Amino acid sequence: MLDGLQEILYTLRMNKLRTALTAFGVFWGIFMLILLLGAGRGMQNGIYDGFGSDVLDFVVVYTGTTSVAYNGRGVGRQIELTTDDIATIQQKIPGVRFVAAESQRGGISIVNEKKNGSFGVYGVPDDFFKIKESIPFNFGRKINPLDEQQMRKIAVIGTVVSERLFGKDSNPVGKDIRVNGVVMKVVGVFYDKGNRGQDSERVYIPQSTFQKLFGTSDKIGSIWLRPQEGVDGFKFEESIIQLLRQRHQVSPEDKRAIRSFNMAEPAKMVNGLFLAINGFIWFVGLGTLMAGIVGVSNIMIITVKERTREIGIRKALGATPFGIVSTLLMESILVTAIAGYAGLVLGVGLLELVAFGLRSAGANLPFFQNPEVNFQVAITSIFLLVAVGALAGLVPALKAARIAPIEAMRAD
Amino acid sequence: MIKLHNIHKYYHSGEQPLHVLKGIDLHIREGELVSIMGSSGSGKSTLLNILGILDSHDKGDYFLAGREIKNLKEKTAAKMRNELLGFVFQSFNLLPFKNATENVALPLYYQGVGRKERNYRADQYLEMVGLSNRAKHMPNELSGGQKQRVAIARALVTKPKVILADEPTGALDSQTTLEVMALLKDIHQLGNTIVIVTHEQDIADQTQRQIILKDGLIISGQHHHSHSADAIADQDEEEILG
Repeated sequence: MLDGLQEILYTLRMNKLRTALTAFGVFWGIFMLILLLGAGRGMQNGIYDGFGSDVLDFVVVYTGTTSVAYNGRGVGRQIELTTDDIATIQQKIPGVRFVAAESQRGGISIVNEKKNGSFGVYGVPDDFFKIKESIPFNFGRKINPLDEQQMRKIAVIGTVVSERLFGKDSNPVGKDIRVNGVVMKVVGVFYDKGNRGQDSERVYIPQSTFQKLFGTSDKIGSIWLRPQEGVDGFKFEESIIQLLRQRHQVSPEDKRAIRSFNMAEPAKMVNGLFLAINGFIWFVGLGTLMAGIVGVSNIMIITVKERTREIGIRKALGATPFGIVSTLLMESILVTAIAGYAGLVLGVGLLELVAFGLRSAGANLPFFQNPEVNFQVAITSIFLLVAVGALAGLVPALKAARIAPIEAMRAD
Repeated sequence: MIKLHNIHKYYHSGEQPLHVLKGIDLHIREGELVSIMGSSGSGKSTLLNILGILDSHDKGDYFLAGREIKNLKEKTAAKMRNELLGFVFQSFNLLPFKNATENVALPLYYQGVGRKERNYRADQYLEMVGLSNRAKHMPNELSGGQKQRVAIARALVTKPKVILADEPTGALDSQTTLEVMALLKDIHQLGNTIVIVTHEQDIADQTQRQIILKDGLIISGQHHHSHSADAIADQDEEEILG
């Protein structure tokens, strides 16, 4: 085995330039494939990042005024959602994973000692944070079921609120603030990227506390939902709208009275886009790789031609056809594997460098973030490369095995 | 050592099959030094290919060192070439990127002999052909006669039953030709069986027997002529073979 390897290294060293050029073709193929995949992933990360801190399958239902007369009722009627709507949805709609009310009052004065600001206050149940599950909490905790049940005077505030009232880099958890004149204890600080960070200018308090504070009784502003996994988001949304239209006697044609936003829609579009981009990247990358492999095959054909005499000599001296084929294949595989691996390492290295550069420069490009490569994909492509490299070497190698020694050795 | 009986060979290149060997009967005994002569197109290359198990015959029987050579797999053929035969060629056919020792050791590599052992054995044969001071030289640093002596050492290193030499002096000047022929005769003296293919009469004159080929048939030198007892023994063998 070691002897065989030494034989191969001999011949490779004999043809340094040729070996180097072949290796470079393969190296470049893998290198470009990795860079392309990394750049594609970077774009994907960047665009998904634009979705803010939201999960990709939530639905929000909110209301307006009627625009179509229905059941003897005129236009211009304001539709108001209630906690009963939520109870009915839970009863009648299958496939609900989470449902939560959200009520809102804007421009409420929030005070901490001498500092104050005017922010939106939102009343939400604990389940609301299961829909907003991916927003990061810098300090403290989310609203929990006991807060809701016991109508606790606690608040979860956004980073912007925290900075305004408590200054930068301080932990306000456990401190008191006054919301609309009522003292509440801060239990958590979150950062929501949504609306370019404007969603962090919020104060969340328990729904029950909100009802008491503002006297809204059972009226709620909007309904947030998340379907169970495997449930079609669009059908789910449609069935909820239908139910609410029935309950509030809204015409099925009325698009303005009960409205909704479904995250599945942009997510679907973007997913489709990335499917196309990834397809394109693989197409281009594999094309580059193919060029490298054709190069290997070409070189192997030349190698066999140039080494006709040598192969003839070896056969006369007792080399078996299998020995000839395996030596040439090993040669092809060795070159592709080493060059491919080098391309992989360098490509990943460069991507890491770019990612590191972007991070340390604090750059926040809207459509490019954290380029990376799925290592499994990289390894797969290496194995693919070696296999195809072997295949590329196979035809010339088989041709070599058929060389007739006497003729080969007579040719000058 | 070598026994051919009614060997036929066709080549199917054109429309009509070319009948190259038209029934060769030949017996070469152990320890003989024979030459095969013939003009180009006489079939001597084809005969050499068949003798060297580099090509197969279409009809007839070929026995080499008591083994029948027929329908061999490539792998078996390679193994038999390696073990039974040593080749010496007109154009030396040394591998240019290996030094003298490594060239001589190459057949042993295909026998799976370890590097140290095969280089040791190769150096012994280089000493035998008088080139121990050139062991680490590359082929392009050797003269034509030296190259051919390396090739002869390579042919001997596996202790083969038969040495096949294809125009061994064809590329050499007359002085070197004498040296190489002297070496081949020395090796013959040590008991080796040697078959030399040549078209030079003065080379053939130095062998014990001249086998002359014409149009795919042997026209002279078919059998050993000096020992009648051998001829009888041959005939006996042929009867056994049928």
